[in-house]
Order: sequence, then C-alpha cells, then structure tokens
Amino acid sequence: MHSELVISQSDGRPMYQQVMDQIRQKIAVGDWPGGHELPSIRALAASVKVSVITVKRAYMELEREGLIVTRQGRGSFVADDANIGPKLQREELQHHLEEAVKRARLLGMDLSELLDLVRWVRAQALKDER
Amino acid sequence: MTALAVKLAAVGKDYRHFHLRDIDLELEEGRVMGFVGPNGAGKSTTIRILLGLIHQDRGHVSVLGHSMPRDQVAAKWDIGFVSEDMRLYGQATLEWHMKLMASIYPKWDEDYAAQLLKRFELRPQQAMRRVSHGERTKALLLLALARRPRLLVLDEPTTGLDPVARRDVLAELMDVILDERRSILFSSHNTLDVEQISDQITFIDKGRIIRSLDKETFLDRWRRLRFEARGGFSSDGLPGIVETVRSGQLGAVVTDVYSDDVVERVKLAGAEITAIERMTLEEIFVANVVRSRKEVRP
Repeated sequence: MHSELVISQSDGRPMYQQVMDQIRQKIAVGDWPGGHELPSIRALAASVKVSVITVKRAYMELEREGLIVTRQGRGSFVADDANIGPKLQREELQHHLEEAVKRARLLGMDLSELLDLVRWVRAQALKDER
Repeated sequence: MTALAVKLAAVGKDYRHFHLRDIDLELEEGRVMGFVGPNGAGKSTTIRILLGLIHQDRGHVSVLGHSMPRDQVAAKWDIGFVSEDMRLYGQATLEWHMKLMASIYPKWDEDYAAQLLKRFELRPQQAMRRVSHGERTKALLLLALARRPRLLVLDEPTTGLDPVARRDVLAELMDVILDERRSILFSSHNTLDVEQISDQITFIDKGRIIRSLDKETFLDRWRRLRFEARGGFSSDGLPGIVETVRSGQLGAVVTDVYSDDVVERVKLAGAEITAIERMTLEEIFVANVVRSRKEVRP
C-alpha cells in the first residue's frame, strides 16, 4: 500500500500534529477538496504505520477546528466548503503576517516602515522570478 | 462497551528469586499494546501466563473470553505467538513448516502466506538452520500471521532486526489491525517501535506494572520545564514534580501532570521558565522506572 502521508522521526512535534499538518496541507493545495472522503482511521494508521489512537486524535482535533466532519457510520469528510483550500492558505498567510507584525513592533518599526519593507521584499521576489 | 482481548486481574507468580505481583492488565479488542520493561522485569513471564504456558499462582486471566489456563486448548486456535527462543525444525524448509501449519489450522490463509513470503523476501525452499536471524524472525511471524489469529502476542519481535526488516515487520503488524477485531500485544525494550505503533503502553519493572495508559495521554502528561533561578528556588514539596536537576542558576524539572497550573506553581516558587519540552517515550520510561524504584524501597 502506498502511503498518503510521510511522518518524520526526527521532527520534534508529536506524531498526531504531523498527521494534522499534512492533512491541512492536502486540503490547502486542493488535493483533498471540500466534501472529499478521508481514509478511514484504521486505513490511514496502517498506511502511515502509526497507531490508530494517533490518527484518531488528529481527526478529532481537525474536527474541532471545523476542517473535517465525521458522519457516524459513514466516515470522515473534508468540510463541505468549495473555498476551503484558498481559505486555509489565506489563514496561513495571515499567520505569517502576524509574526512579521510582532517582530516589527519589537524592532520599533511603525506601520509605514513595515509597509515599505513589504513593498521592497515583494519587488525583490518579482525581480528573482524574472 | 468494547470487548477485552486480554484481561489480567491481580495475577501473581512466585519463583525463588523473582515475584510477579498483582498484575492488572487490560487490552481492548482492535488495539495494539506495547509492553515495555528492562530485562528481567517480568515481561516474558506475564506473556507466558496469559498464553497458558505458565500457570499463575494467584489471580484471574481471561484471553478472548477464555479463562486461562483452564481453556488454553480452545484459546490457542485464536492466538498467534512469536518469541525469540521459539524452535523450528532446522532440517526442514519454510515450505514444510507452512504445510504443517496449514494442516493444523483450518483458518490458515494460503494467499496471505504467499504475499508475506514475497514481502518478507523469504525463500520457501531454504532449510531453517541456514537462515539468518532476521529471516528466522520473519519466518516465525509469517507462520503466526497466516493463521489469521485474533490475538497476536509477540515477545520482542523486532529485537536484532536490521532497519529494513524492522520496517517490514511493523508495516505487517499495522496491516493486521485494519481488521478492528484483531489485537496485538508486543513486548519490547525498543521504545521507538512501541511509540510508533502502540495505542496503549504498559511499563513493567521488577515484577510490577508501574503504569498503563493510552499513548497520547502518556506523551501529553510528561514535560520537561527548563528554568533559570537566582538563589531561592526549590522544587521540594511542589506537587506534580517528578524530578529536578540543577546546576548553578540553570536547571530543569520534570512533571507527569503537565498543565498551566504546574507551570504557574514552578514560577511562583521562584523560577523563570525558559523552555517547555516534550519528552520521548524512552525518557518517560526511564523516569518512571527511577521513580517506582524509589517508592518501592523501604
């Protein structure tokens, strides 16, 4: 059986978080769109070779975040939302920006200085792409 | 309610130099239990009691609904057992052993056995006395798995295996529990294997069960808090602290009941917390053994 996810032994995070992150990524990039059926807990555990309880925990937390829904006796599905992928990606961007804003404040930068920096970084990135 | 595949209640056994004391153990159907302990802790004795190979002096043992050792003959049809010291006929080939098993066990699965031969890269024509340690272990596992037992009991299944063989064996074990009525109990002193595939973890030391919990709870409760403290900090009498090491102003405390409250208490006692780290199962295991040995000492 080929494995859907790749778990790292040297990654310091607990295994259930690694499972969560990789599912989140699959949803974000659109490999698993809204309404997509997830593998059963046992099937995923067997293919990733982690314990059933680890996958169960990951599914429960993702359910609490509203990313997946579990229907009794029918399995687990990605939440029925056509825009769930882009939404997740946007959330991730927002998270990075929050970090950037925090750092900027620590350095005593005001908003216009931060925006200048963002413009500059963007211009550099565009130049690199060309 | 989930049915129990294994239940030991207040089981004891006395030898001249070793005593198994008040062993309580429960394994739910469909789950994997890792049974961890140092050499001589009582892992193999416990396993042999639950298989009915050794008779307990006290307590009650029930396996797949069979009372042991009374019903051991009936129970054996549903239990697959692999241990390191198991004998195979050295002159005979693996194929001969497979035919023997097929003739004894009506549930023997020919197709599955053929798949396992391939996946484990075993040669059926080879005499067993010529095979390497890893091949022997995989052969034993094949002979147990293809019987499709409801309970698989493995005594140190990955000991002495190379990394590739280890991975193959773990993968096969995980495939077993795709069927939620099958259960696995395996002993090991390799905490990495246990951490990866177990749902439930039981620590045993000096003939006593020192802790048995589901794995996520185990890993969630233990943390190492690194701290910086000038002068006055002492962790003496702080509830929830298992161990403290300190050198100069830097130190670390270990807790087995991690929560915000514990962090607050350590702060109030005068330490500035610089990092909160998760612990590996190996570190948790060692800390448990150290603590339990302290408690047992009069």
